[in-house]
Amino acid sequence: MKLLKYSILLIITVIAFQSCKSEKKEAIVMVTDYQCPMLCEGEKTYDTEGSCPVCKMDLKMINDGSEKVLSQNNEISEASIFNLSSTWHNEEGEALQLRSLKGKTLVMVMIYTSCKAACPRLVADMRNIEAEIPKDKLKNIEFVLISIDPKIDTPQRLKSFAIENEMDDRQWTFLQGTVSGVREFANVLSVKYKEISPIDFSHSNIISVFNAEGELIHQQEGLGVNNKETISSILKVTP
Amino acid sequence: MKNGAFKFLIVSIAFFMHCELFAQSEGMVYIEGSRYIPLYGRDSTVVEVKDFEMDIYPVSNLEYGDFLKKNTNWQKSKALKLFTDKMYLTNWKNDLQLEASALSNSPVTYVSWFAAKAYCECQGKRLPTIDEWEYAAMADETTKDARVKPEYNKKILDWYEAPRSNENTIGMNAKNAWGVYDLHGLVWEWTLDFNSVLITGESRKDVDTDNNLFCGSAAINATDLMNYAAFMRYAIRGSLEAKYSMKNLGFRCVKPVTK
Repeated sequence: MKLLKYSILLIITVIAFQSCKSEKKEAIVMVTDYQCPMLCEGEKTYDTEGSCPVCKMDLKMINDGSEKVLSQNNEISEASIFNLSSTWHNEEGEALQLRSLKGKTLVMVMIYTSCKAACPRLVADMRNIEAEIPKDKLKNIEFVLISIDPKIDTPQRLKSFAIENEMDDRQWTFLQGTVSGVREFANVLSVKYKEISPIDFSHSNIISVFNAEGELIHQQEGLGVNNKETISSILKVTP
Repeated sequence: MKNGAFKFLIVSIAFFMHCELFAQSEGMVYIEGSRYIPLYGRDSTVVEVKDFEMDIYPVSNLEYGDFLKKNTNWQKSKALKLFTDKMYLTNWKNDLQLEASALSNSPVTYVSWFAAKAYCECQGKRLPTIDEWEYAAMADETTKDARVKPEYNKKILDWYEAPRSNENTIGMNAKNAWGVYDLHGLVWEWTLDFNSVLITGESRKDVDTDNNLFCGSAAINATDLMNYAAFMRYAIRGSLEAKYSMKNLGFRCVKPVTK
């Protein structure tokens, strides 16, 4: 009898193993986060109550205004890039998911900082676009530069690149992903790239514009092309 | 006492199952890595492929159907537009059933890169890289690198001309020297880094052109046909987008071997 019982247990284990757990949870946006009141670990947040592993103080609940906005409207459309669940690090070293950028117009480009050929011109294109946007609209736009070289482009390196290029203002964000997260995101943008040597890539030069819902509305291809259409598409979707 | 030992045995088996040690090799073969020069890709430089395991067969409609049962978010009516185009699972009449004309032991096709990637990850595997796929696929029935044999290349090119091979069933072609079936002769297959081939219409104007890839006519003039067959594969990869689903494009998975 016992033998039967354990055989059943074994079968159940096998079945449990075979069925995949990748039933993705629907996009849930955290409304409350917990954080050490002394900020021992910088901006790091936890999603459950507890105590800080460094100073042992109780974590306090924080409620970021932007997160409240998200929770009011957490529907994510089918074509939205906010469906991607990969984790990224910005130039300040903070972990984030793309959906935390929800609510702003996004202007995105993929680059790598050791690039000597096309990237400086792509970066210049991004700055030219930014310069054409009226100042009062800038708060509703995020210019995002995503590294295709996550091994070399650490948050520190992205930060110094930002400072060097005078792109350290609020509206600029630099992201480091994982190798597979970057590959997936490039495929969402239809960006092709390949590593030519450990520090060199060839890649498509595409600037993509997303509305506040994360839906692709415009792509500009090529270097030094006329930015006019891109700018008008940005202005059209930005309040 | 005996009972206790049995209990221990069962628990340890269950534990190992959980660690995927058992499932790892089922339906896969071991491919011993090496260094080789792919026909295209990295400008005729040597690439290194590490040891890996490869699915013996491409993923079938039946297997994909099982995946759909457990992963409802990939069903035809529920798959996100971000990850699929409107051709996704065109030959399925609803979320779980194939069209009557499609066979359960035919390779699954009309799947996007995102879907193929999710399927493999769900099995604890991943899609093969171009270098891995090409490495395994340069074998014929007897030799691990058959690229210089005219009959190997002729066979591949004959298939490229054969219509509707996607409706055939899996395992009808002879297995290659590694023990893998249907790398040639059935359907094209997704690779993890297909988007590293820079040969699309757009790329001509906006990226460094890759003369190796670009020059189809030079390939035809080559002394053997092998460049032409490989050129076709790279050209197809270069023309794909990750959310495309195509009639003759399926996939299989691999698993890196960690020592």
